[in-house]
Amino acid sequence: MTEPDRSAFRLSLPVLFGYIPLGIAFGVLFSELGYHWLYATLMGVVIYAGAGQFLAVGLLANHAGLVEVFVATLLLNARHMVYGLSLLSTLSLRGPRRWYLIYALTDETYSLLSMLQAGCDRSRTRLQFKLALLNHLYWVIGCTLGAWLGGQIGFSTAGIEFALPALFMVLTLEQYRAVRRPGVFILALAIGLLALLISADNMLLLSIGMAVSLLIMAKGGAPWDRRRIF
Amino acid sequence: MGSTAYLLSVIAVAALATFLTRALPFLLLYRWAQHPLLQHLGRYLPPVLMVLLLLYALKDALVSGQYLLPSLLSLALVTALQLLLRNPLLSILSGTGLYMLLIQTLPPG
Repeated sequence: MTEPDRSAFRLSLPVLFGYIPLGIAFGVLFSELGYHWLYATLMGVVIYAGAGQFLAVGLLANHAGLVEVFVATLLLNARHMVYGLSLLSTLSLRGPRRWYLIYALTDETYSLLSMLQAGCDRSRTRLQFKLALLNHLYWVIGCTLGAWLGGQIGFSTAGIEFALPALFMVLTLEQYRAVRRPGVFILALAIGLLALLISADNMLLLSIGMAVSLLIMAKGGAPWDRRRIF
Repeated sequence: MGSTAYLLSVIAVAALATFLTRALPFLLLYRWAQHPLLQHLGRYLPPVLMVLLLLYALKDALVSGQYLLPSLLSLALVTALQLLLRNPLLSILSGTGLYMLLIQTLPPG
């Protein structure tokens, strides 16, 4: 392995520990519908969205109409629009690889990519691409294993999915090193907890909506920056 | 039995909808990437989103209270290690290991 290969693999390891069990959980759920396991692999490859695929299982079980599938998936994944928004000027890849990165922009891949913002050299763009590809691979392996083995898997690895909150914790701390504004983090925490209180099921979409509105309103006078008030 | 065609259509539609949510900003806003408002969002959204994703990943523990204590203890370990040694992999693996140990050996609660 070359140097960027190794660092892409190291950076992606927490996602490996998160995606394999989550993918297996999806696969097991999907296998209960009675379809061939290869379709779970296909879903992992072409949909590649955790919550979106769990939703699709529910919709398939209810024989939902295609319009309903479209609207429900669009709403569920609306948060992805914000990821694209925040990466607009920093995704420096061009051509098909750029579109692959956009296609593969999950919560976890976004988090890792947003940490690689500084600089703009060629090795960094290769790293972005490899990270996205590795994460996608882990997810597809998880989905396939789950659907293939079905309910036969006994979990002795309970709790391994904690790798994802641990990853977000580390990335939050690293964001704090980059953006030293405690107010931003406290505000985000408050918004997140408020959204959890209002509706735990829609917490992410609700809190991101509130956060984006606040950030837009605060433009030109961020409320946490005393020098800029009014 | 026609259900394969239905399954494939659902997969195609879900894939299209997911891709649209990821691609829309790039399709619609790329021209204005240097606009001050988008620059502002690009600067402050990552820290805000990271906090929100962290809360979202802890949602079940926060809402039900189950495994809340193991979660908080493990996050404390992750935070301490990351602040002291700044080795992301070590922090994440140690925190995950502690969490697995706690939930597999302690009664739920």
